[in-house]
Parts: sequence; structure tokens; C-alpha cells
Amino acid sequence: MNMARNPADVTSVITDVDLSSKKPGPSEEVSLGRLSPRERLMRSINSGLLTFIVVVIALLWSVPTFGLFISSFRFPADVHSTGWWNGLVPPWHFTIENYQNVLQQQDMGTAFINSLIIAIPGTIIPVFVAAFAAYAFSWMKFPGRDWIFLTIVALLVVPIQMTLIPILSLFTSVGLTGSYWGIWLAHTAFGLPFAIYLLRSFFGALPGDLMESARIDGASHMRIFFNILLPLAIPSIASLVIFQFMWVWNDLLVALVLLGGSPERAPMTVAIANLVNSFGTNYEVLTAAAFISMALPLIIFFSLQRYFVRGILAGSVKG
Amino acid sequence: MAVSASSVSSKRPLFGKRARAQLIAWLWIGPAVAFVAVFLLYPVVLTAIWSFQDATSTQFVGLENFRLIFTNPNMLLVLRNNLLWLVLGTVFTVALGLLIAVLVDRVRIESVAKAAIFIPMAISFVGAGVIWKFVYDYAATGEQIGLLNAVVTHFGAQPQAWLVNGTNNIALIIVYVWMWTGFCMVILSAALKGVPTDILEAARVDGASEVAIFFRIIVPVISPTIAVVATTMIINLLKIFDIVYVMTGGNFGTNVIGVEYYNQLFHIFDNGVASALAVVLMIAIVPIMIFNIRRFRAQEAQR
Repeated sequence: MNMARNPADVTSVITDVDLSSKKPGPSEEVSLGRLSPRERLMRSINSGLLTFIVVVIALLWSVPTFGLFISSFRFPADVHSTGWWNGLVPPWHFTIENYQNVLQQQDMGTAFINSLIIAIPGTIIPVFVAAFAAYAFSWMKFPGRDWIFLTIVALLVVPIQMTLIPILSLFTSVGLTGSYWGIWLAHTAFGLPFAIYLLRSFFGALPGDLMESARIDGASHMRIFFNILLPLAIPSIASLVIFQFMWVWNDLLVALVLLGGSPERAPMTVAIANLVNSFGTNYEVLTAAAFISMALPLIIFFSLQRYFVRGILAGSVKG
Repeated sequence: MAVSASSVSSKRPLFGKRARAQLIAWLWIGPAVAFVAVFLLYPVVLTAIWSFQDATSTQFVGLENFRLIFTNPNMLLVLRNNLLWLVLGTVFTVALGLLIAVLVDRVRIESVAKAAIFIPMAISFVGAGVIWKFVYDYAATGEQIGLLNAVVTHFGAQPQAWLVNGTNNIALIIVYVWMWTGFCMVILSAALKGVPTDILEAARVDGASEVAIFFRIIVPVISPTIAVVATTMIINLLKIFDIVYVMTGGNFGTNVIGVEYYNQLFHIFDNGVASALAVVLMIAIVPIMIFNIRRFRAQEAQR
């Protein structure tokens, strides 16, 4: 393919790059218009095959969840006696009883609000604390830097169960047990090792000349952090926000131990766990509860999807 | 880039300035260090002390707890299982996550496909336990309500007790791969978006095959992120707890360090052995951390 040597194509490559940095999306489509018909055909066959493979993988991944989804609308007796796929065969015999059982629980609304009160600061605080630290670890020089960083990341391996008893006795002595502050601080600490590790790795991969020229121009660290680094790091911060939110939202253990004494602050996970206990072995409640508690993390995931765009980095480096 | 690096090091700040720079650096990392010290490091130090003490943490017993871990046949099975989890879990989540991230990057249905892979992450562990019960459920005779056995018996084979038979560890690892591939995919996908478009386009115009582009351009550019994801998976798998606890409780030869730690602490009430198990976990990650520090130093030398 010696077409590339042709000046017209070189310009087209350049416009292509500009286009993709302005309007993200599969770049093949942008360049499709300039290809010969045969090549266009090959590409569309290839992309059709690719789409097919992706669809197969996505379906395969969804089968277990789909089974749970169908089960959540079936009567308990059916769930226990026949496979969930039998529910798909007419005559349909579905019910919303399982969902009603979860939602009609009188404190479920409070539990939802509590989950939000816990999860929002439980996400924002660690992301900021980690971003500050990751900036210093990647772009400042100070003695012991590598060892401090190494120690923080190594603490990822600490099982949370191991920390709860010492933390509980610490909280009791300073009066933080059963308070939102206590659980925010705990979630921040548990999220930090991964958050710092991820962000330091992304920050460290950013082009160094950008930071250094800003320093030479006399920009303060604060300015560099907010005006240069954060915009560049949006995809990595978006993925961090998704995971941290989800971990805090789905946490049962930390809430159970640290908020155990104050049921009025219990999040949804705790309320659902209580519900399951009071219903005995009827795990149909869990099928509905799993979907109700899954909704918000999925909304976050979809709304942060648009930050996963190509060209954020490319555009800024050139500018 | 080399020029700018040397020009920075040539104008070294004076002593006062350097002390000030260090103070500023500590202001930036201070909050993180404080959090980690109180909530993680302090329990770790306590645990390290307990690991040399007896069940009730009243008397020092030397290395007795560690001797038990490395000689008791049950404990050796626990260590073997953990190794199996570590190798298979890391390889499959990272490889599948990378493959899927690269594939979905090129199709129109990217957002929907990613969501399908991501959904298992958003489900609570208890929910996931129920989901996989509907897959692995076993009935000796009659109607199978587990999907896998329904498929197996449909083809005329005998139903299997997937969580009890010889391959039950693999069955549990599959659940982990199902849950965590989405994590690898999301993070690798974020890194893929940072691969400069102009390099990819130039390679395509020059006629490079997609496979060559993947191995020669994409993998080298995002290799730091691959290392992050692999490290996170290794650490996660070392302390794997939830899946095993929910699905088999560590019975039928599926026990792992995380579950055994829990048993020792809350059922056998041996704080010494439990703490020693946690210390084994912490020692196991030292090589991985050394690898990471080397990687970060190399990254820094490059810029």
C-alpha cells in the first residue's frame, strides 16, 4: 500500500486525526469514504464479523444475570422446582411479588437515602485525596518517595476483615462508632491504595514536557493539578469513580461492623441482609434485591461512559 | 525530552528551596499517608505482633504458627488452592479484559457491549452467589434447575455436582473471571483511549495488519496499565474470600487463605494462626511490589 506516499493521503490522515480528536468515535468510519470499493467491502465484512464476535461474548456474559432477572419475576415455588428458562415458555406465569416484598419494607426508602449519604462522600473524598497524592508521587521529588508509595500499594493486600476489630476499638475511644464520619473515613482509607496506584500509573504516563514547561513558566502545583492534569486524567478518574462508588455502594461488611449500633443509618445492603434473614431461606427476595441495588451503579457507569473518549490526550499535547 | 530533563536537573534549587519543596510534597501526600497509617498500617502492625503469639494473643510462641501453616496438610491444600486461583484468575481476567477492550473499541455497540461485561461487577456478592447457584445447581435425579446440568443432561451425560467434584476450584474461578473481567476491561479501555490516533492511522495506512498493530503498538503503549491491572488482580486473588465463602464455605477442598483466616478468627478463635496467615499474604506480595518499583523507575528514566 504505497498510497500513503501520495501527498493527498497525507493531508487526509492529518484531517482524520483532527476530526477524531474533535468528535470521538471509530476512526475507520471517518476514513471509509476515501477507500476503493473493494477495500470498503472488506472493511465492512470485517467490522460485521467483529460486531458478531462482540455480540456473542456480550450474550455469553449476560446469560447468568439474565437467569437471575427471569427468576426475580417468578413465583418462589416455580424457582425451586424448575429451571429459570422454563419461565420463558408460554403460558407466562410472572409476578412482581418479589420486588414488592423488597420495596414495601418500610425503611427501604430511608436505606436508599442512607446508601447515597454513605456512597457519595465515600467516593469523592478518596478520589481527591488519592489524586493529590498520586500527583506528588509522579511529579515531585522527595526522599523516601518510592518507599512510601510502595508501602501504600502493598497495603492493598490487607483483607478488610483484618482491620475491622482494631478500627472499631479506635472508633469507640474517639466516639466515631455509628456515625457517618466514621464510615466515610473508613471507606476512604480502604479505597486509597488502589486509587493511588491507578492514578499514579496514569499520571506517570502523561507527557513530562507538558508539566515541565508549565513549571518553567512559573505555574504553581495547584494550577498544574487543576488546569493541566485533571482534564488530561479524566478517563482514569472516571473509571476510578465508577469502581469506588460501586464498592462503597455494595459494601455490607464495613457498614455492618461500623454502623451496627445505629439501624437508622443502615444502608440498603444491610436492610436487604436483614430482610433475607427475616424471610428465612427464601432467596427469591435476593433476586429482586440484587436488581434494585444494581440500578444506581449502572446509571453511574452509563453516565461516565462519555468520558471514555479517544483524543483527550492527543489534543492537549498538541495544544 | 532528554534536553528538558537535563535542563531541569542543572538548575537544582538551593538548600532552603529544596526543604520547602519537600514540605510541599508532604502537604500533597499527607492526607493519604495519614489515612493509610491509621486504618491499614496500624492493624497490620498489630497483626504482625499477634502472628508470633498464641491463640489468645497472651504469650509469644515464636514461629510456631508459621510452622503449622507450612506443615499441616490442610494448610498446604489452602496454599495450593491459592496458587491455582492466582495463576488462572490473573491470566484469564487480564487476557479476556484486554481482548474485549480492544474488540469493543472498534464496534458501534461499544457502550452496550461494555455494559454487558461490566454488569457482573455491579452485582453484590450475595446476588452473584444466587446467580451462580442457578448455573451450578445439582440434583441427583429428576429436573435440573441449574443451567449447566440442564445442558449436560440434554446431551445425555450424567449431571455433575460442580461445586463438589474434582474441578470445583475451576468452577469457582470461572465465577471470579465472570465478575472481574469487566474491571480489567474498563481500566484497559480507558488506557486504550490514550493511544495516539495518529500512530494507529499511520500504521494502518502503511498496511500494517491489525494483529501487528495490536502487538507492536497497542500493547507497548498501554503496558503500564496492563501491569497495573495484573498487579491488582494478583493482590485481589491472593486475598480472595467472598466467592469461596458464599458458594462452598471453603468445603470440598476449595479452601483458600482468605476463608481460612476468617475460620481461624471467628470459628476456631485462634488469633495467632489467623494473624500468621495474614502475614503470609503480606510477604507474598513483596516480589510483585519490587517489580512495580522497577517499572516506575524505568518509566521515570524515560521521560
